[in-house]
Amino acid sequence: MQESTANQVAANATSSFTEHLQRDRPELLPFSRSLQGGASGAAPLQVPHATTIVAMSYGGGVLMAGDRRATMGNIIASRHIEKVFPADHFSVLGIAGTAGIAIDLTRLFQVELEHYEKIEGTQLSLEGKANRLGAMIRGNLPMALQGLAVVPLFAGFDTSAGVGRLFSYDVTGGRYEEHEHHTVGSGSVFARGALKKLWRPNLSAADALSVAVESLYDAADDDSATGGPDTVRQLWPVVYTVDRTGARRVPDAELAAASRAVIEARTIAGREA
Amino acid sequence: MTQQFYVSPEQLMKDRADFARKGIARGRSVVVISCADGIALVAENPSPSLHKIGEIYDKIAFAAVGKYNEFESLRQAGVRYADVRGYSYDREDVTARGLASVYAQSLGAVFTAEQKPFEVELAVAEVGPDQAEDHLYRLTFDGSIADEHSFVVMGGQADKVSSAIEAGWQASLGFADAVRLALKGLTPAQEGDQPAAPSPPGALEVAVLDRRSESSRGSRRAFRRLNDADITALLA
Repeated sequence: MQESTANQVAANATSSFTEHLQRDRPELLPFSRSLQGGASGAAPLQVPHATTIVAMSYGGGVLMAGDRRATMGNIIASRHIEKVFPADHFSVLGIAGTAGIAIDLTRLFQVELEHYEKIEGTQLSLEGKANRLGAMIRGNLPMALQGLAVVPLFAGFDTSAGVGRLFSYDVTGGRYEEHEHHTVGSGSVFARGALKKLWRPNLSAADALSVAVESLYDAADDDSATGGPDTVRQLWPVVYTVDRTGARRVPDAELAAASRAVIEARTIAGREA
Repeated sequence: MTQQFYVSPEQLMKDRADFARKGIARGRSVVVISCADGIALVAENPSPSLHKIGEIYDKIAFAAVGKYNEFESLRQAGVRYADVRGYSYDREDVTARGLASVYAQSLGAVFTAEQKPFEVELAVAEVGPDQAEDHLYRLTFDGSIADEHSFVVMGGQADKVSSAIEAGWQASLGFADAVRLALKGLTPAQEGDQPAAPSPPGALEVAVLDRRSESSRGSRRAFRRLNDADITALLA
Protein backbone atom coordinates (compact mmCIF):
# COMPACT_ATOMS: atom_id res chain seq x y z
CA MET A 1 0.00 0.00 0.00
CA GLN A 2 2.71 2.43 1.02
CA GLU A 3 4.86 1.39 -1.88
CA SER A 4 2.08 2.08 -4.32
CA THR A 5 1.64 5.57 -2.85
CA ALA A 6 5.34 6.19 -3.28
CA ASN A 7 5.18 4.91 -6.85
CA GLN A 8 2.24 7.15 -7.54
CA VAL A 9 4.01 10.21 -6.18
CA ALA A 10 7.12 9.41 -8.18
CA ALA A 11 5.09 8.86 -11.35
CA ASN A 12 3.32 12.18 -10.90
CA ALA A 13 6.50 14.12 -10.21
CA THR A 14 7.55 15.71 -13.46
CA SER A 15 9.80 18.63 -14.18
CA SER A 16 8.54 18.78 -17.73
CA PHE A 17 6.02 21.42 -18.69
CA THR A 18 5.02 19.44 -21.79
CA GLU A 19 4.21 16.35 -19.73
CA HIS A 20 2.20 18.50 -17.36
CA LEU A 21 0.18 19.92 -20.26
CA GLN A 22 -0.27 16.47 -21.77
CA ARG A 23 -1.75 15.27 -18.50
CA ASP A 24 -3.80 18.28 -17.41
CA ARG A 25 -4.37 20.60 -20.39
CA PRO A 26 -3.78 18.60 -23.60
CA GLU A 27 -5.78 21.11 -25.63
CA LEU A 28 -3.01 23.68 -25.11
CA LEU A 29 -0.35 21.62 -26.88
CA PRO A 30 0.42 22.87 -30.40
CA PHE A 31 0.31 19.34 -31.79
CA SER A 32 -2.65 17.87 -29.95
CA ARG A 33 -5.33 18.99 -32.39
CA SER A 34 -6.01 16.37 -34.98
CA LEU A 35 -6.92 17.67 -38.39
CA GLN A 36 -10.33 16.39 -39.44
CA GLY A 37 -11.07 15.21 -42.91
CA GLY A 38 -7.65 13.77 -43.58
CA ALA A 39 -7.12 16.38 -46.31
CA SER A 40 -6.63 13.58 -48.82
CA GLY A 41 -7.52 14.72 -52.29
CA ALA A 42 -8.11 18.26 -51.06
CA ALA A 43 -5.70 21.03 -51.97
CA PRO A 44 -2.77 21.31 -49.56
CA LEU A 45 -3.43 23.68 -46.68
CA GLN A 46 -2.24 27.20 -47.47
CA VAL A 47 -0.37 28.43 -44.39
CA PRO A 48 2.75 30.55 -44.03
CA HIS A 49 6.08 28.77 -44.23
CA ALA A 50 9.36 29.90 -42.82
CA THR A 51 12.59 29.08 -44.57
CA THR A 52 16.37 29.07 -44.46
CA ILE A 53 18.18 29.01 -41.17
CA VAL A 54 21.97 28.81 -41.10
CA ALA A 55 24.08 27.96 -38.09
CA MET A 56 27.78 27.49 -37.60
CA SER A 57 30.37 27.15 -34.92
CA TYR A 58 33.10 29.74 -34.50
CA GLY A 59 35.98 30.16 -32.10
CA GLY A 60 34.27 30.28 -28.70
CA GLY A 61 30.65 29.66 -29.60
CA VAL A 62 27.92 29.12 -32.15
CA LEU A 63 26.00 31.51 -34.37
CA MET A 64 22.54 31.14 -35.87
CA ALA A 65 20.91 33.33 -38.50
CA GLY A 66 17.54 33.38 -40.24
CA ASP A 67 16.07 35.46 -43.05
CA ARG A 68 12.86 37.45 -42.59
CA ARG A 69 10.49 36.06 -45.22
CA ALA A 70 7.45 33.84 -44.74
CA THR A 71 5.66 32.58 -47.83
CA MET A 72 2.22 31.17 -48.52
CA GLY A 73 2.40 29.38 -51.84
CA ASN A 74 3.81 31.99 -54.22
CA ILE A 75 2.74 34.92 -52.00
CA ILE A 76 5.02 36.63 -49.51
CA ALA A 77 3.06 36.30 -46.28
CA SER A 78 5.43 38.34 -44.13
CA ARG A 79 8.63 40.31 -44.51
CA HIS A 80 9.12 40.71 -40.79
CA ILE A 81 8.88 37.18 -39.44
CA GLU A 82 11.56 36.09 -37.00
CA LYS A 83 12.71 32.49 -37.22
CA VAL A 84 15.55 32.46 -34.70
CA PHE A 85 14.66 32.65 -31.01
CA PRO A 86 16.57 32.45 -27.75
CA ALA A 87 15.54 29.18 -26.07
CA ASP A 88 17.13 30.07 -22.74
CA HIS A 89 20.26 31.80 -21.51
CA PHE A 90 22.63 29.38 -23.25
CA SER A 91 20.79 28.15 -26.32
CA VAL A 92 18.97 29.35 -29.42
CA LEU A 93 16.50 27.75 -31.76
CA GLY A 94 15.82 28.31 -35.44
CA ILE A 95 12.73 27.03 -37.20
CA ALA A 96 11.84 26.13 -40.77
CA GLY A 97 8.52 24.73 -41.96
CA THR A 98 4.93 25.54 -41.05
CA ALA A 99 5.26 28.89 -39.31
CA GLY A 100 2.23 28.76 -37.00
CA ILE A 101 3.11 25.43 -35.46
CA ALA A 102 6.81 26.25 -35.37
CA ILE A 103 6.24 29.45 -33.41
CA ASP A 104 4.00 27.63 -30.93
CA LEU A 105 6.55 24.85 -30.57
CA THR A 106 9.23 27.44 -29.89
CA ARG A 107 7.11 29.05 -27.20
CA LEU A 108 6.44 25.68 -25.64
CA PHE A 109 10.12 24.80 -25.74
CA GLN A 110 11.08 28.09 -24.08
CA VAL A 111 8.58 27.50 -21.27
CA GLU A 112 9.73 23.87 -21.00
CA LEU A 113 13.34 24.89 -20.32
CA GLU A 114 12.40 27.68 -17.91
CA HIS A 115 9.94 25.41 -16.12
CA TYR A 116 12.58 22.76 -15.58
CA GLU A 117 15.00 25.37 -14.30
CA LYS A 118 12.48 26.71 -11.79
CA ILE A 119 11.27 23.32 -10.56
CA GLU A 120 14.71 21.74 -10.26
CA GLY A 121 16.71 24.83 -9.35
CA THR A 122 19.27 24.01 -12.02
CA GLN A 123 19.56 24.23 -15.80
CA LEU A 124 19.01 21.24 -18.04
CA SER A 125 22.19 19.98 -19.73
CA LEU A 126 22.59 20.91 -23.40
CA GLU A 127 22.07 17.24 -24.38
CA GLY A 128 18.93 17.22 -22.25
CA LYS A 129 17.60 20.30 -24.01
CA ALA A 130 18.37 18.81 -27.42
CA ASN A 131 16.56 15.58 -26.49
CA ARG A 132 13.49 17.43 -25.20
CA LEU A 133 13.27 19.32 -28.48
CA GLY A 134 13.50 16.02 -30.36
CA ALA A 135 10.61 14.62 -28.33
CA MET A 136 8.48 17.66 -29.18
CA ILE A 137 9.18 17.34 -32.88
CA ARG A 138 8.22 13.66 -32.66
CA GLY A 139 4.99 14.72 -30.98
CA ASN A 140 4.25 16.79 -34.07
CA LEU A 141 4.74 13.78 -36.40
CA PRO A 142 1.00 13.22 -37.08
CA MET A 143 0.75 16.84 -38.22
CA ALA A 144 3.94 16.50 -40.26
CA LEU A 145 2.41 13.53 -42.10
CA GLN A 146 -0.45 15.82 -43.11
CA GLY A 147 1.98 18.35 -44.52
CA LEU A 148 2.46 20.61 -41.48
CA ALA A 149 6.06 19.77 -40.73
CA VAL A 150 8.41 21.76 -38.52
CA VAL A 151 12.16 21.30 -38.79
CA PRO A 152 14.23 23.06 -36.14
CA LEU A 153 17.90 23.72 -35.75
CA PHE A 154 19.23 23.94 -32.22
CA ALA A 155 22.47 25.51 -31.04
CA GLY A 156 23.82 26.13 -27.61
CA PHE A 157 26.85 26.49 -25.44
CA ASP A 158 27.67 23.35 -23.48
CA THR A 159 28.74 24.88 -20.18
CA SER A 160 30.18 21.65 -18.80
CA ALA A 161 32.29 20.91 -21.89
CA GLY A 162 32.99 24.60 -22.62
CA VAL A 163 32.14 24.38 -26.35
CA GLY A 164 29.37 25.51 -28.65
CA ARG A 165 27.35 22.65 -30.19
CA LEU A 166 24.86 22.31 -32.99
CA PHE A 167 21.95 19.87 -33.45
CA SER A 168 19.73 19.20 -36.44
CA TYR A 169 16.48 17.20 -36.51
CA ASP A 170 14.28 15.31 -38.90
CA VAL A 171 10.46 15.31 -38.73
CA THR A 172 10.45 12.08 -36.69
CA GLY A 173 12.39 13.82 -33.93
CA GLY A 174 15.68 12.19 -34.88
CA ARG A 175 18.49 14.26 -33.45
CA TYR A 176 21.85 14.63 -35.16
CA GLU A 177 24.80 16.53 -33.85
CA GLU A 178 26.39 18.68 -36.53
CA HIS A 179 29.99 19.75 -36.53
CA GLU A 180 31.15 22.92 -38.27
CA HIS A 181 27.85 24.16 -39.75
CA HIS A 182 24.35 23.26 -40.90
CA THR A 183 21.35 24.78 -42.66
CA VAL A 184 17.63 23.97 -42.89
CA GLY A 185 14.77 25.20 -45.06
CA SER A 186 14.07 25.45 -48.76
CA GLY A 187 17.05 27.73 -49.39
CA SER A 188 19.37 25.49 -47.41
CA VAL A 189 21.01 23.85 -50.42
CA PHE A 190 22.28 27.20 -51.64
CA ALA A 191 23.27 28.44 -48.20
CA ARG A 192 25.07 25.18 -47.61
CA GLY A 193 27.18 25.62 -50.73
CA ALA A 194 28.21 29.07 -49.58
CA LEU A 195 29.02 27.82 -46.09
CA LYS A 196 31.21 25.03 -47.47
CA LYS A 197 33.34 27.59 -49.28
CA LEU A 198 33.37 30.36 -46.67
CA TRP A 199 33.47 28.59 -43.31
CA ARG A 200 36.84 27.96 -41.68
CA PRO A 201 37.69 26.50 -38.30
CA ASN A 202 38.02 29.05 -35.47
CA LEU A 203 36.38 31.97 -37.25
CA SER A 204 36.09 35.14 -35.19
CA ALA A 205 32.56 36.14 -34.21
CA ALA A 206 32.65 39.06 -36.67
CA ASP A 207 33.82 36.83 -39.54
CA ALA A 208 31.16 34.25 -38.66
CA LEU A 209 28.54 36.98 -38.90
CA SER A 210 29.61 38.00 -42.39
CA VAL A 211 29.77 34.33 -43.48
CA ALA A 212 26.20 33.86 -42.21
CA VAL A 213 24.93 36.96 -44.00
CA GLU A 214 26.67 35.96 -47.22
CA SER A 215 25.24 32.43 -47.17
CA LEU A 216 21.75 33.79 -46.51
CA TYR A 217 22.27 36.18 -49.42
CA ASP A 218 23.11 33.21 -51.65
CA ALA A 219 20.02 31.38 -50.45
CA ALA A 220 17.83 34.41 -51.16
CA ASP A 221 19.45 34.77 -54.59
CA ASP A 222 18.25 31.37 -55.77
CA ASP A 223 15.32 30.44 -53.50
CA SER A 224 12.17 32.51 -53.95
CA ALA A 225 10.98 31.61 -50.43
CA THR A 226 14.02 33.20 -48.79
CA GLY A 227 14.22 36.96 -48.38
CA GLY A 228 17.45 38.87 -48.86
CA PRO A 229 18.59 41.93 -46.88
CA ASP A 230 15.98 44.66 -47.46
CA THR A 231 17.71 48.05 -47.65
CA VAL A 232 14.45 49.89 -48.37
CA ARG A 233 12.67 48.67 -45.23
CA GLN A 234 15.93 48.38 -43.28
CA LEU A 235 15.28 44.70 -42.59
CA TRP A 236 18.26 42.53 -41.82
CA PRO A 237 18.47 38.85 -40.88
CA VAL A 238 17.91 37.86 -37.25
CA VAL A 239 21.21 36.64 -35.84
CA TYR A 240 22.07 35.25 -32.42
CA THR A 241 25.46 34.24 -31.08
CA VAL A 242 25.92 31.97 -28.06
CA ASP A 243 29.18 31.81 -26.17
CA ARG A 244 30.19 31.27 -22.56
CA THR A 245 28.58 34.54 -21.51
CA GLY A 246 25.23 33.46 -22.93
CA ALA A 247 23.03 34.12 -25.95
CA ARG A 248 23.15 37.58 -27.52
CA ARG A 249 21.11 39.06 -30.32
CA VAL A 250 23.36 40.80 -32.81
CA PRO A 251 22.18 44.44 -32.99
CA ASP A 252 20.74 45.85 -36.20
CA ALA A 253 23.63 48.26 -36.70
CA GLU A 254 26.13 45.39 -37.00
CA LEU A 255 23.79 43.48 -39.31
CA ALA A 256 23.22 46.53 -41.50
CA ALA A 257 26.98 46.96 -41.87
CA ALA A 258 27.54 43.27 -42.65
CA SER A 259 24.65 43.19 -45.14
CA ARG A 260 25.76 46.37 -46.89
CA ALA A 261 29.31 44.97 -47.17
CA VAL A 262 27.96 41.85 -48.92
CA ILE A 263 25.71 43.87 -51.24
CA GLU A 264 28.55 46.24 -52.08
CA ALA A 265 31.02 43.46 -52.83
CA ARG A 266 28.49 41.81 -55.16
CA THR A 267 27.72 45.11 -56.85
CA ILE A 268 31.40 45.72 -57.52
CA ALA A 269 31.88 42.17 -58.82
CA GLY A 270 28.91 42.75 -61.12
CA ARG A 271 28.64 39.11 -62.06
CA GLU A 272 25.53 37.30 -63.23
CA ALA A 273 25.80 34.27 -60.91
CA MET B 1 -19.00 -0.30 13.74
CA THR B 2 -17.45 2.14 16.11
CA GLN B 3 -19.40 5.29 16.82
CA GLN B 4 -17.42 8.50 16.30
CA PHE B 5 -17.32 10.94 19.19
CA TYR B 6 -18.97 14.23 18.44
CA VAL B 7 -16.52 17.11 18.16
CA SER B 8 -17.93 20.57 17.59
CA PRO B 9 -16.71 22.36 14.45
CA GLU B 10 -15.30 25.17 16.56
CA GLN B 11 -13.20 22.73 18.53
CA LEU B 12 -12.10 20.88 15.41
CA MET B 13 -10.90 24.05 13.68
CA LYS B 14 -9.23 25.31 16.81
CA ASP B 15 -7.34 22.03 17.23
CA ARG B 16 -6.21 22.11 13.65
CA ALA B 17 -5.09 25.72 13.87
CA ASP B 18 -3.15 25.01 17.07
CA PHE B 19 -1.52 22.02 15.43
CA ALA B 20 -0.47 24.03 12.36
CA ARG B 21 0.76 26.98 14.44
CA LYS B 22 2.91 24.68 16.53
CA GLY B 23 4.50 23.18 13.42
CA ILE B 24 5.26 26.60 11.94
CA ALA B 25 6.65 28.02 15.19
CA ARG B 26 9.37 25.36 15.23
CA GLY B 27 10.91 26.68 12.01
CA ARG B 28 13.27 29.57 11.52
CA SER B 29 12.06 32.88 10.17
CA VAL B 30 11.93 34.29 6.69
CA VAL B 31 11.83 38.00 5.86
CA VAL B 32 10.56 39.61 2.66
CA ILE B 33 11.31 43.32 2.35
CA SER B 34 10.22 45.74 -0.34
CA CYS B 35 12.87 48.40 -0.95
CA ALA B 36 13.98 50.95 -3.52
CA ASP B 37 15.94 48.43 -5.65
CA GLY B 38 13.19 45.82 -5.59
CA ILE B 39 12.24 43.11 -3.14
CA ALA B 40 14.77 41.29 -0.96
CA LEU B 41 13.98 37.81 0.41
CA VAL B 42 16.14 36.60 3.28
CA ALA B 43 15.93 33.32 5.18
CA GLU B 44 18.00 31.56 7.75
CA ASN B 45 18.69 28.28 6.05
CA PRO B 46 21.77 26.14 6.55
CA SER B 47 21.01 23.95 3.54
CA PRO B 48 22.48 25.18 0.25
CA SER B 49 20.05 23.15 -1.85
CA LEU B 50 16.75 22.82 0.02
CA HIS B 51 15.40 26.26 -0.64
CA LYS B 52 12.80 28.23 1.29
CA ILE B 53 12.80 30.95 -1.35
CA GLY B 54 12.06 30.31 -4.99
CA GLU B 55 11.25 31.85 -8.35
CA ILE B 56 7.69 31.49 -9.59
CA TYR B 57 7.61 33.72 -12.65
CA ASP B 58 9.17 36.78 -14.27
CA LYS B 59 8.37 39.22 -11.48
CA ILE B 60 7.06 36.84 -8.83
CA ALA B 61 8.89 35.07 -6.03
CA PHE B 62 7.83 32.74 -3.26
CA ALA B 63 9.04 32.34 0.32
CA ALA B 64 7.84 29.88 2.90
CA VAL B 65 8.33 28.52 6.39
CA GLY B 66 7.14 25.25 7.85
CA LYS B 67 7.27 21.72 6.51
CA TYR B 68 9.56 21.43 3.52
CA ASN B 69 7.60 18.79 1.60
CA GLU B 70 4.39 20.74 1.96
CA PHE B 71 5.63 24.14 0.88
CA GLU B 72 7.77 22.61 -1.86
CA SER B 73 4.70 20.99 -3.38
CA LEU B 74 2.91 24.33 -3.16
CA ARG B 75 5.84 26.06 -4.84
CA GLN B 76 5.84 23.55 -7.69
CA ALA B 77 2.09 23.90 -8.07
CA GLY B 78 2.60 27.67 -8.24
CA VAL B 79 5.24 27.36 -10.96
CA ARG B 80 2.89 25.11 -12.95
CA TYR B 81 -0.03 27.48 -12.50
CA ALA B 82 2.07 30.46 -13.59
CA ASP B 83 3.66 28.71 -16.57
CA VAL B 84 0.34 27.36 -17.87
CA ARG B 85 -1.26 30.77 -17.49
CA GLY B 86 1.62 32.61 -19.13
CA TYR B 87 1.74 30.08 -21.96
CA SER B 88 -1.97 30.10 -22.69
CA TYR B 89 -2.56 33.86 -22.25
CA ASP B 90 0.49 36.06 -22.11
CA ARG B 91 3.43 36.51 -19.79
CA GLU B 92 2.10 39.78 -18.40
CA ASP B 93 -1.19 38.14 -17.43
CA VAL B 94 0.52 36.23 -14.63
CA THR B 95 0.06 38.21 -11.43
CA ALA B 96 0.85 37.69 -7.77
CA ARG B 97 -2.78 38.38 -6.93
CA GLY B 98 -3.97 35.48 -9.09
CA LEU B 99 -1.35 33.16 -7.69
CA ALA B 100 -2.04 34.19 -4.11
CA SER B 101 -5.74 33.54 -4.47
CA VAL B 102 -5.07 30.08 -5.89
CA TYR B 103 -2.82 29.39 -2.90
CA ALA B 104 -5.46 30.74 -0.53
CA GLN B 105 -8.08 28.45 -2.03
CA SER B 106 -5.92 25.35 -1.87
CA LEU B 107 -4.72 26.06 1.67
CA GLY B 108 -8.31 26.72 2.74
CA ALA B 109 -9.53 23.51 1.11
CA VAL B 110 -6.80 21.46 2.77
CA PHE B 111 -7.48 23.10 6.13
CA THR B 112 -11.17 22.24 6.17
CA ALA B 113 -11.33 19.00 4.22
CA GLU B 114 -8.13 17.06 4.83
CA GLN B 115 -7.11 15.06 7.87
CA LYS B 116 -4.25 17.38 8.64
CA PRO B 117 -3.76 21.02 7.68
CA PHE B 118 -0.59 22.21 5.94
CA GLU B 119 1.97 23.39 8.48
CA VAL B 120 3.15 26.25 6.30
CA GLU B 121 3.06 29.97 5.94
CA LEU B 122 3.75 31.52 2.56
CA ALA B 123 4.62 34.86 1.09
CA VAL B 124 4.05 35.73 -2.56
CA ALA B 125 5.96 38.80 -3.75
CA GLU B 126 5.67 40.64 -7.03
CA VAL B 127 8.01 43.44 -7.96
CA GLY B 128 6.52 46.38 -9.86
CA PRO B 129 8.06 49.18 -11.92
CA ASP B 130 8.03 51.35 -8.80
CA GLN B 131 7.60 50.68 -5.14
CA ALA B 132 3.92 51.62 -4.99
CA GLU B 133 3.22 48.75 -7.39
CA ASP B 134 5.02 46.07 -5.38
CA HIS B 135 2.71 43.40 -4.03
CA LEU B 136 3.36 41.32 -0.94
CA TYR B 137 0.82 38.70 0.07
CA ARG B 138 1.05 36.63 3.19
CA LEU B 139 -0.86 33.35 3.31
CA THR B 140 -1.43 31.28 6.39
CA PHE B 141 -2.21 27.56 6.85
CA ASP B 142 -6.00 28.13 6.94
CA GLY B 143 -6.13 30.01 3.65
CA SER B 144 -6.26 33.50 5.16
CA ILE B 145 -4.68 36.03 2.88
CA ALA B 146 -3.28 39.41 3.83
CA ASP B 147 -2.04 42.16 1.54
CA GLU B 148 1.04 43.59 3.23
CA HIS B 149 3.02 46.73 2.57
CA SER B 150 6.73 47.24 3.04
CA PHE B 151 7.62 43.84 4.55
CA VAL B 152 6.48 40.36 5.66
CA VAL B 153 7.98 38.28 8.44
CA MET B 154 7.02 34.64 8.93
CA GLY B 155 8.11 31.71 11.07
CA GLY B 156 9.26 31.00 14.57
CA GLN B 157 10.05 34.35 16.14
CA ALA B 158 7.91 36.37 13.75
CA ASP B 159 6.81 38.93 16.36
CA LYS B 160 10.30 39.67 17.61
CA VAL B 161 11.82 39.86 14.12
CA SER B 162 8.94 41.93 12.90
CA SER B 163 9.35 44.63 15.54
CA ALA B 164 13.10 44.86 14.83
CA ILE B 165 12.43 45.34 11.13
CA GLU B 166 9.58 47.76 11.66
CA ALA B 167 11.98 50.02 13.56
CA GLY B 168 14.50 50.17 10.71
CA TRP B 169 12.37 50.01 7.58
CA GLN B 170 12.41 52.88 5.10
CA ALA B 171 11.18 53.05 1.54
CA SER B 172 14.56 54.30 0.33
CA LEU B 173 16.54 51.20 1.37
CA GLY B 174 18.81 49.60 -1.22
CA PHE B 175 19.31 45.82 -1.45
CA ALA B 176 22.39 45.85 0.80
CA ASP B 177 20.61 47.86 3.50
CA ALA B 178 17.47 45.75 3.24
CA VAL B 179 19.44 42.52 3.65
CA ARG B 180 21.38 44.03 6.56
CA LEU B 181 18.14 45.04 8.21
CA ALA B 182 16.70 41.56 7.69
CA LEU B 183 19.80 40.03 9.25
CA LYS B 184 19.57 42.36 12.21
CA GLY B 185 16.04 41.18 12.76
CA LEU B 186 16.80 37.49 12.23
CA THR B 187 19.85 37.40 14.48
CA PRO B 188 18.53 36.92 18.01
CA ALA B 189 19.74 39.61 20.37
CA GLN B 190 22.19 38.20 22.89
CA GLU B 191 21.62 38.41 26.61
CA GLY B 192 23.51 41.23 28.30
CA ASP B 193 25.51 43.69 26.26
CA GLN B 194 27.31 41.18 24.03
CA PRO B 195 26.86 42.10 20.39
CA ALA B 196 24.77 39.67 18.36
CA ALA B 197 26.84 37.21 16.35
CA PRO B 198 26.18 37.78 12.65
CA SER B 199 25.14 34.70 10.67
CA PRO B 200 27.81 33.49 8.24
CA PRO B 201 26.77 33.71 4.55
CA GLY B 202 26.64 29.91 4.41
CA ALA B 203 23.74 29.82 6.87
CA LEU B 204 21.72 32.33 4.86
CA GLU B 205 19.52 32.11 1.84
CA VAL B 206 19.18 35.42 0.04
CA ALA B 207 17.38 36.19 -3.19
CA VAL B 208 16.21 39.41 -4.79
CA LEU B 209 13.56 40.52 -7.22
CA ASP B 210 15.38 43.18 -9.18
CA ARG B 211 13.15 46.12 -10.12
CA ARG B 212 15.35 46.98 -13.10
CA SER B 213 16.33 43.54 -14.35
CA GLU B 214 15.53 44.47 -17.97
CA SER B 215 17.98 47.33 -18.09
CA SER B 216 20.65 45.98 -15.73
CA ARG B 217 20.76 42.33 -16.82
CA GLY B 218 18.74 42.27 -20.01
CA SER B 219 16.38 39.70 -18.54
CA ARG B 220 12.66 39.93 -17.89
CA ARG B 221 13.20 37.43 -15.08
CA ALA B 222 13.70 39.62 -12.05
CA PHE B 223 14.51 36.80 -9.61
CA ARG B 224 18.14 36.25 -8.72
CA ARG B 225 19.48 33.94 -6.05
CA LEU B 226 22.66 35.21 -4.39
CA ASN B 227 25.46 32.76 -3.65
CA ASP B 228 27.81 33.05 -0.68
CA ALA B 229 30.25 35.25 -2.57
CA ASP B 230 27.43 37.56 -3.73
CA ILE B 231 26.15 37.88 -0.17
CA THR B 232 29.59 38.66 1.19
CA ALA B 233 30.11 41.24 -1.55
CA LEU B 234 26.69 42.79 -0.99
CA LEU B 235 27.24 43.17 2.75
CA ALA B 236 30.84 44.33 2.47
